[in-house]
Amino acid sequence: MKTDDLITLMAQDAPTGLRYGRALALALGVGIAVSVVLLVATVGIRHNMASVFETARVLFKIAVTFMLAVLAARLAVRIGRPGAETRGPALLLAVPALMVAAAVAAELFVLPADAWPASLVGRNALFCVFFVPVLSLAPLAGLFWALKKGAPENPTFAGATAGLAAGAIAVAVYAWHCPDDSPLFLATWYTIAIAVVTVAGALAGRRWLRW
Amino acid sequence: MTQSAREEEWANWLRLAIKGDAQAYSRFLFAVTPYLRAMARRRCSLYGAPLSEAEDVVQEVLLAIHLKRGTWDPARPLGPWLTTLVRNKLIDSLRRRGRQKNVPIDDVSDFLEAADETNEAADRIDTETMLARLKEPQRDIVRSISIEGEGIRETAARLKMTEVAVRVALHRALKSLAALYRSE
Repeated sequence: MKTDDLITLMAQDAPTGLRYGRALALALGVGIAVSVVLLVATVGIRHNMASVFETARVLFKIAVTFMLAVLAARLAVRIGRPGAETRGPALLLAVPALMVAAAVAAELFVLPADAWPASLVGRNALFCVFFVPVLSLAPLAGLFWALKKGAPENPTFAGATAGLAAGAIAVAVYAWHCPDDSPLFLATWYTIAIAVVTVAGALAGRRWLRW
Repeated sequence: MTQSAREEEWANWLRLAIKGDAQAYSRFLFAVTPYLRAMARRRCSLYGAPLSEAEDVVQEVLLAIHLKRGTWDPARPLGPWLTTLVRNKLIDSLRRRGRQKNVPIDDVSDFLEAADETNEAADRIDTETMLARLKEPQRDIVRSISIEGEGIRETAARLKMTEVAVRVALHRALKSLAALYRSE
């Protein structure tokens, strides 16, 4: 095919459909909404949330997961845009990680050693590791749908970033149900759950985010 | 023309194009192509790809620009976006075609200052071969617009389709062409 003919063809297809930025906003909005509805409709928000909300551990859990979700989503938004800066947003992810590390250190300092295992295992560890990936499905599907319109430099890395963002959104939603408040629990089980979604995202990205 | 003036001009054309201005879009694509061609030719030897495939590389990069133009934020400068997109697709295409798979990713920030090569090389894959791999009505629409020079409206009237349906089929055809290049 002649290049000039190809250009003629492309020029007739000039108007863009749904632009990438709007697709991402839509995907995140719908994905988060589905995730929240799923939580509320099944296991529900923790029954005593109003009374425990102001305790330091609960407040920390809600705040740090929310922060991680915002920062990871911000990185995922940039990953599909050629030429967009990603190093800064990626480095910022260290902030919630360091906060959790500091909280773990504080928890170990405050709690007697014989209370550590109970705090670590919590009451609902297995359910957490099962339900967080379930809650991440809608945001992950949405992010992949939007990233298909994007042009990520490295499909595997883009998929992993989408997984991280979806996992972080899922724990930020799950935190409103989760009865386990110890930073030891967060650092272990939330991390495992997010890692599962991130790895799944990387594998899916390698396959579906090529362009 | 200075590099920044050129970049600004291209950016204006692409902004109009996104709003649906086919003429501005055509101007943009015709302006970018000689630079892509110069880059593709220069790099074919570097990657051990036959020079005869340079024009296919150009078309593949053009299709990538076309299908991914929605990722450009018109409020931002065009240069970094275009340079990164072109570099990624160019390298992807050359690695697939070449024998040297491990050429380091070189900087193509010289893209906007690259030499202008206007003369068009022979395309390796001829139109009929390419068209044969498309389904109807995509094939008919591609032939009618690119070769016979018809517009969307005339094509729609001749094929007894709505203009919207023709546009959708044309967009799908361009996606299919990009996929054909990728799988080649």
